[in-house]
Amino acid sequence: MTDDPKIGRRGFLVGAGAAAAALAPEAPAQAQTQAAATPAAAPAAPAAEAWLTLTQTEAAFIEAAVDTLIPADDLTPSGSDCGVAVFIDRQLAGAWGNGARLYRQGPFPKAKPELGYQLALTPREFFAAGIEAANAFTRKTYGKEFDRLSEPQREEALKAMEAGKAQFTGFSSTQFFNALLQLTMEGFFADPIYGGNRDMAAWKMIGYPGLPATYREDIKTYFGKKYDKPPRSIADFS
Amino acid sequence: MATMLKETDAVVIGVGWTGSILARELTKAGLKVVGLERGPGRAPHDDFTIPRVRDDLKYAVRQELFQDTQLETVSLRHSPGETALPIRRWGSFLPGTGVGGAGAHWNGLTWRLLPSDHNLRSHVTQRYGRNAIPAEMTIEDFPVSYDELEPYYDKFEKLCGISGKAGNLRGQKIDGGNVFEGPRQNEYPNKPLFQSLAGALFEKGAKSLGYHPFPGPAANASEPYVNPEGVTIGACVYCGHCERFGCEANAKASPHSCILPVLTADPNFELRTYAHVKELVYDKQAKKVKAVRYVDPRSGEEFEQPAGLVILGAYVFNNVLLMLTAGIGEPYDPSTGKGAVGKNYCYQVSGNSVTVFFEDKEINPFMATGAHGTFIDDFNGDNFDHGGLGFFGGAWIQAGTSNGRPILTRPVPPGTPRWGREWKKATAKWYNHAFNVGASCCNYAHRENFLDLDPTYKDALGRPLIRMTYNFRENDYKVSQYIGGVLERLATSMNPTIKTGANTRRGNYNVVPYQSTHNTGGTITGADPKASVVNRYLQAWDADNLFVMGASVFPQNASYNPTGLVGALAYWSAEAITKRYLKNPGPLVHA
Repeated sequence: MTDDPKIGRRGFLVGAGAAAAALAPEAPAQAQTQAAATPAAAPAAPAAEAWLTLTQTEAAFIEAAVDTLIPADDLTPSGSDCGVAVFIDRQLAGAWGNGARLYRQGPFPKAKPELGYQLALTPREFFAAGIEAANAFTRKTYGKEFDRLSEPQREEALKAMEAGKAQFTGFSSTQFFNALLQLTMEGFFADPIYGGNRDMAAWKMIGYPGLPATYREDIKTYFGKKYDKPPRSIADFS
Repeated sequence: MATMLKETDAVVIGVGWTGSILARELTKAGLKVVGLERGPGRAPHDDFTIPRVRDDLKYAVRQELFQDTQLETVSLRHSPGETALPIRRWGSFLPGTGVGGAGAHWNGLTWRLLPSDHNLRSHVTQRYGRNAIPAEMTIEDFPVSYDELEPYYDKFEKLCGISGKAGNLRGQKIDGGNVFEGPRQNEYPNKPLFQSLAGALFEKGAKSLGYHPFPGPAANASEPYVNPEGVTIGACVYCGHCERFGCEANAKASPHSCILPVLTADPNFELRTYAHVKELVYDKQAKKVKAVRYVDPRSGEEFEQPAGLVILGAYVFNNVLLMLTAGIGEPYDPSTGKGAVGKNYCYQVSGNSVTVFFEDKEINPFMATGAHGTFIDDFNGDNFDHGGLGFFGGAWIQAGTSNGRPILTRPVPPGTPRWGREWKKATAKWYNHAFNVGASCCNYAHRENFLDLDPTYKDALGRPLIRMTYNFRENDYKVSQYIGGVLERLATSMNPTIKTGANTRRGNYNVVPYQSTHNTGGTITGADPKASVVNRYLQAWDADNLFVMGASVFPQNASYNPTGLVGALAYWSAEAITKRYLKNPGPLVHA
């Protein structure tokens, strides 16, 4: 993985494209063949995602974060190749990101964590502030933004945030990390209609069959046995 | 100004389980009944269908079917000296809204209380002595005994088509059922659900320890069923989408699947959705609620609906809110112990569990129902000797699976990181090989756990939020600790590849992780008008035409999920209204 700020996030994506395409089950057959035949040669860079709400800086952070939280391996492609960054962008742009079902009357004093979320910020605003603080932390610690760090550095930085050891302004880095992890896992495991879990990669990884989930006979047939039918999503029934 | 409407015989506030039952019984008795529901009407054939109903993100995580906290929530502080803050997003409990209420999205465990739960204070005093109950533990007797309520439990079980197995039929103990339950006149209307592998492993382990496992009483119909209302309930398909979801198979008992088809066809009943009840119009002199004021959120218009009889069937918090804002009864004061409205708020001490992992067993957690457990009651209520233990009460304990929906359910062994390569490997390896052994502990009333009006935060109608002063107390921590030991023994008895230690209740009550939607108390039933809000027929002591339904009437919370008792008390109260009150309106119990 590149560590060179001059190459940066976009350059990294191009370089990583081959490996990702080889793993990504939805990649066109041609790209798969090409990647398999010449693994070192990069296919055309994937088109940049069209973000609904994330800025380029935020998108680069989210893609790098979800790829560190869900790294590519023989189980699934990386978080961003599974669409998790797209999922996060859509969630933050939508009703939930803008405070639906969130009581927002003040005052908003400092509160014990057992009282739950007590900030005046919508989830969209909270992620903007969190990403800004996370990048400020890695600039101070490593001299560069989070998405430009090496993979071991990214892991180290996320662990520091998880443990609350990264200095954030206002809220703790743990609070931001937990929200980021929660949203990442939602994107990885939710039905693919939301943009993440592409090709049901996460469901295949664990053996969750998705829809239609009508097991009146199967519960007897598969008692103590592995369920062997491939998963299906909401889109398959729509 | 509110538009004055024509008087009706009865108005029902909230069209969930209790509102539907009361409306049905009252219309059958010939009354004209108006049902006021703040939320939308829901049509299962449209709302709860494949594929949309299987959307884990929308329903389970983004909380589609629940009360919108943007409009109405409650605040919390852990003790009377603190400043309460609003619960800004639901976590530990999930109140419903819309037609069907929380009855649309529940799991379906439908219990009867133990006879000794009914007369709890007397029972504990008799067995353990007059000074056994600590002064701050304000537990009471239900003024209705198990034997009195038995036919009404039976009636609600038949309405729902509960799947289960009797363990005590007219006094005869039956192996394989719950031998600790009170005597039942009848077997359950449906046979038990198909047992999961997790349940079978638990059963074997529990038996090896000498305990008495039985299938949980489930409002998930094991077979198609026609209830006494003539409504057909479908057979459960074990989809693993009960709690937080509507039922696509029409197999989970709910107001929609059991009662609304006949109720809404009755010309004596008028359902008004988008009718957000704002306040009760109370005549203190006459001790009557004269009318109900509500707002239609589609227009902002306010209406006043006069009624001869008012049934308060909202959720616990709004029941208490409407009583307090109308000035019915005396608000509870924890410093003096006087007053009763808001008193004895209780919850459930949930989330006690051990996770067991079996390398060689395919659990298939996604083939499940909400109430799909195998249980033991050996450590529930006063089924075991509490002498010298330093606490009262206990827990039901169960194993099984309720779902395998992976946003929320994907156990990994202790020590696994929460993300990264090792987390992925562990998740892939163990997802289909693990389940929980869990316990739901009772929550006994405490002098300083109560509800009143928040001085700062308001809801969308401009009313104060209900303020919850609540924390777990010594009895709760001790019960949880003791039950944790039992859970560990049970886990060991199953000989799993890996097991976690017992997760028990420590620290403050936390509103973030889901625990249970078993909020109780605040308008408690009792024999003493000074120490309770409603009499044994759920009639308000201070307004004889007002009957209060639901778990807000519980003096304390047993370990059991509350809906069975809520349904039984609704039928019990409905009979008192139709057979006695209507003939001679006035107090059914003289103070």
